[in-house]
Amino acid sequence: MRYALLIHYPQPAVPTVSQDEIKAGMAAFQAYAKALEDAGVLQSAEVLQTIANATSVSVKQGKLQVQDGPFAETKEAFAGIFVLDVPDLDAALAWAERCPAAHWGTVEIRPSAVRFVDGAWTGAH
Amino acid sequence: MDRRALSETDAAARAEELARAAYGRLLAILAARDGDIEAAEDCLADAFERALRTWPETGVPDNPAAWLLTVARNRRHDLRRTAAERLTGPLDDAVRSAALAVVEELDPDAIPDRRLALLFVCAHPAIDPAVRTPLMLQAVLGFDAEQIARAFVVPGPTMAQRLVRAKRRIRDARIPFAVPDRDQMPARLGPVLEAIYGAYAIDFPLVAGLAPRESLAAESHYLAVTLAELLPDEPEALGLAGLISLSLARRPARETGGEFVTLDEQDASRWDPELIESGERYLRQARSLGQMGRFQIEAAIQSVHCARAVSGETDWRALLTLYEALLAIAPTLGARVAHAAVQGRVEGPAAGLAALDAIADVAVQRFQPAWATRAHLLAEGGRREEAVRAYERAISLTTDVAARRYLEGRCANVGAMD
Repeated sequence: MRYALLIHYPQPAVPTVSQDEIKAGMAAFQAYAKALEDAGVLQSAEVLQTIANATSVSVKQGKLQVQDGPFAETKEAFAGIFVLDVPDLDAALAWAERCPAAHWGTVEIRPSAVRFVDGAWTGAH
Repeated sequence: MDRRALSETDAAARAEELARAAYGRLLAILAARDGDIEAAEDCLADAFERALRTWPETGVPDNPAAWLLTVARNRRHDLRRTAAERLTGPLDDAVRSAALAVVEELDPDAIPDRRLALLFVCAHPAIDPAVRTPLMLQAVLGFDAEQIARAFVVPGPTMAQRLVRAKRRIRDARIPFAVPDRDQMPARLGPVLEAIYGAYAIDFPLVAGLAPRESLAAESHYLAVTLAELLPDEPEALGLAGLISLSLARRPARETGGEFVTLDEQDASRWDPELIESGERYLRQARSLGQMGRFQIEAAIQSVHCARAVSGETDWRALLTLYEALLAIAPTLGARVAHAAVQGRVEGPAAGLAALDAIADVAVQRFQPAWATRAHLLAEGGRREEAVRAYERAISLTTDVAARRYLEGRCANVGAMD
């Protein structure tokens, strides 16, 4: 079963994060991703740039709208994703509670519904 | 000590040595007066800084702790006086010289140790349980917020903010720097013990793959031993010092070349005999007071395990009796699972499995040790297919690399026996 761990950080992101802390955070993410990989459960991992660099696109009433910024200003913003393949929700939870991001924001666990593989949408199991 | 001139590095080394040995004692004395830990920390930091500046020229004073305390307290007086002057105008000279006279040559050895009161303040019921352990590490051992944050894997500013909030609360709510009297002691000692134990038992691999595991074990050992020395008539304080000493003693044998080694398989000759001896001493002292408690039982369990270093074998029946006693007073999930494992050892795998099945707590379904224990018991009982499934479940709940590798090895062995 595939699960996405969605990382949400409070916005605006704390501007006063020190270099040491960024270093410590990166070390923690390195170790976390390595542990996921060693356990053979990691499918993909991606950490995103801040919403300051977001561009939103929509087509409304046939009209293309390109907006500088996120699609909505919220208290928390999406910041990264880990996709895991584990037996069940308890295993996903065990990994989510170890995610360094849980200390800075929230880690949301979402079971995958379908994914696109070899030219077709298939179930996540 | 002679007052010869020192190099700056010598002075720095001496100050650092003092900081380790005397920090908590000095801070407790300074903070006890008005309950302002933050101000006391600032003044003590000033005093250490001044030591680093002046000791290279003047030499280390005869009583360096007294020197530091005097400088820190003078600084505190200065700050308080400046604040008072701002409100009421200058103090007259008579008052000022009287104030200075009082603070000359304070010998911390002649002043009662206030660290005990400080520990009770840190674990006061009005302080958030989550900040009690960090507060002790800072106030008694002098760690800065950044170091504590790293140990607890939380962002530095978050930890700093929590600590500041707790210290202001202590000052503003006037939490008294006092050792509880006999009536209150049983209720108030518990949280102090929990906070010290918390530094030892902290779920370290909070971030999977990072291995700060047990990095606070030495500090919690120091706090537990300090508490036991300050409260030699409290059996549970002695029990905790015994428990931490005895578990810490086995630390060198817990890993071999990065591989996880279970207690049963550890090479007992690698255990620390001095720590075992001091742990046994605390435990004997506790027992002589004739009042059983959770930490004493846990220490006794550790003591039975450590006895293998001498006898060459483990007395599983004694362990079963101790776990039964532990469950009667502290039936935590961890204790219940450990009890089931020991019962399986003594009465056979079926009995152990029955004990596991009897755990009603729903949390057991995602409690990794319960699944690992179940898998071992099933394998031992020859129920190999079920054992493999239980191992797989245990592995899926394990985020620690070494423990995962160990379980995968066991699982493969059981599967290969067909």
